[in-house]
Amino acid sequence: MEHNGSYSGHNGSYSSHNGHVSLVGHGDNFESQTILESKDLDAWFGSHHVVKSVSLHFFSRTVSAIIGPSGCGKSTFLRCLNRMHEEIPGARAKGVVNFQGKNIYDMFSEPANVRRHIGMVFQKPNPFPAMSIFENVIIGLKLAGVKKGYVLNDIAEACLKQVGLWDEVKDKLSAPGLSLSGGQQQRLCIARALAMAPEVILMDEPTSALDPISTARIEELLVELKKTVSIVIVTHNMQQAARISDTTAFLLSGDLVEFGRTGEIFTNPRKSETERYITGRFG
Amino acid sequence: MEIATKKLLLEFMVTTQAKRKRKNIFANLVLSILAILAVSPLVAILGFLISKGIGALSWEFLTSLPAPYGESGGGMGHSIVGTFILVLFASLLGIPVGFGAGIFLAESSKESRFASIVRLCAEMLAGVPSIVVGLFAYFVAVLPFGGFSAFAGGFALSVIMIPVIARTSEEILRLVPVHVREAGLALGLPRWQVVMRIVLRGSRKGLFTAVLLAVARASGETAPLLFTALNSRLWSFSATQPISSLPVQIYTYATSPSEEWHQQAWGGALLLVLLVLGMSLFARFLFSGKKYGT
Ligand SMILES: Nc1ncnc2c1ncn2[C@@H]1O[C@H](COP(=O)(O)OP(=O)(O)OP(=O)(O)O)[C@@H](O)[C@H]1O
Ligand SMILES: [Mg+2]
Repeated sequence: MEHNGSYSGHNGSYSSHNGHVSLVGHGDNFESQTILESKDLDAWFGSHHVVKSVSLHFFSRTVSAIIGPSGCGKSTFLRCLNRMHEEIPGARAKGVVNFQGKNIYDMFSEPANVRRHIGMVFQKPNPFPAMSIFENVIIGLKLAGVKKGYVLNDIAEACLKQVGLWDEVKDKLSAPGLSLSGGQQQRLCIARALAMAPEVILMDEPTSALDPISTARIEELLVELKKTVSIVIVTHNMQQAARISDTTAFLLSGDLVEFGRTGEIFTNPRKSETERYITGRFG
Repeated sequence: MEIATKKLLLEFMVTTQAKRKRKNIFANLVLSILAILAVSPLVAILGFLISKGIGALSWEFLTSLPAPYGESGGGMGHSIVGTFILVLFASLLGIPVGFGAGIFLAESSKESRFASIVRLCAEMLAGVPSIVVGLFAYFVAVLPFGGFSAFAGGFALSVIMIPVIARTSEEILRLVPVHVREAGLALGLPRWQVVMRIVLRGSRKGLFTAVLLAVARASGETAPLLFTALNSRLWSFSATQPISSLPVQIYTYATSPSEEWHQQAWGGALLLVLLVLGMSLFARFLFSGKKYGT
């Protein structure tokens, strides 16, 4: 992103890490540099063990899909990756999540700082109420201390262009964010996340509340975005995972069943559970 | 089943149905009458006040000081200004503390013992008779400072306002959907910023309503002012001097022997009720939908 590092420079707090991991299997040669990985990650709601010792890695500049039947712990796992899980009363996580080589769960790590680098887009579009389209995009930066009007204007324009919303909203930037259509709202939420210049964006079924056309637009957008930011996406839609993701992880009742390149998983799964799930025989 | 018994059963059902219907109509009638009885004091009070007080209302009444005893004319201008000043002091003290407590209660977890104790105390404070609040203020804000003052009156009224604001703002903030908070947290903003700059913003109208209700409540109180702000026959803009207020002035006039002053008391009462009702109605209008974020 053009504005990356041009203002607060909040990219320096994690050391970079070159963990090259090669995947089993073949396919196109995407950069295999790990940006985010979980190691023996467990998560609970009260005493309910929801994510069970999941170890997974995500690569720089890729779209990584997480699939699995309803209730298997996809959202919970995703929310552990930027410490959103612990915001729910009674929820707790244990294990290691390395972001650029540093454990976000170690005692010196600040959840707020983690989330600056690892943003999130939710299932239901959730623009801030009582804020304009413009304010929705820049509020994070503004509250983080970016005061200069022209910087905020530039970033808002860049982010709205990036999500393909600029032409639709440039004449009504002061209209309420909630006045947009569902698909536009979701793109606004992606722009809001992008404005913080995160390295990773986690998305929890970002298109499940949208119509097919809005869904297609967001899918195109994700493929475009992965040039600059790594994306981890939870989806129920097998075609979506197959269309846009580079790697796929299959979770089943809290356990990681299989992880690999998307092409491999969908054409030649190693586990019978994976095959049964992707062919629609359970879940 | 036999045809005969079936017929009998049917007849029985029809008659009980008719009976039930009659009972229903009767119950509805009784309840409607009781409901009308419940709200009729409001209509009666308004009618009474308007018929008695409208004659006293005039430009002179709104803008001038009381006439000397025995002379006609004069007004309650100083009490109107006094009420505004007292409510202003009370708001300066009560709004920050009340909001602070409300935000704390809304943000603390349901299991927090400390929060439930605070909530219980706020509820009990709201139930303390206002004369007792006045006595309390007398001991902490009048005696130590050596005299009755507008400041002490404002303090007493703020004690009335705080629990109202705290409980109302807690309820309003609890209406904020979880996803708003989560969206803020996911931007990497610290919790206090998410609450103060994002959550509160969507609740602006509701919080304003909380203030309006508390102000309406405080501006009608008499007892807390009797031994704090006392009363005055002069214009006063000082925090350290006794000050007049509409309720206390009404009380003074109503208990006097002068027919002229009785008239003025009715006028003052009408004015006070219009003020308080106006604020409550406005608050209701603002927050009718109880919807977040509008
Ligand atoms: N807030 C919560 N409190 C308690 N238990 C929860 C909570 N959220 C989820 N759970 C439980 O945790 C388990 C995993 O839920 P999770 O939302 O991670 O599943 P999921 O794979 O995302 O499902 P879906 O595909 O339906 O979104 C479920 O059994 C669910 O009942
Ligand atoms: Mg989910």
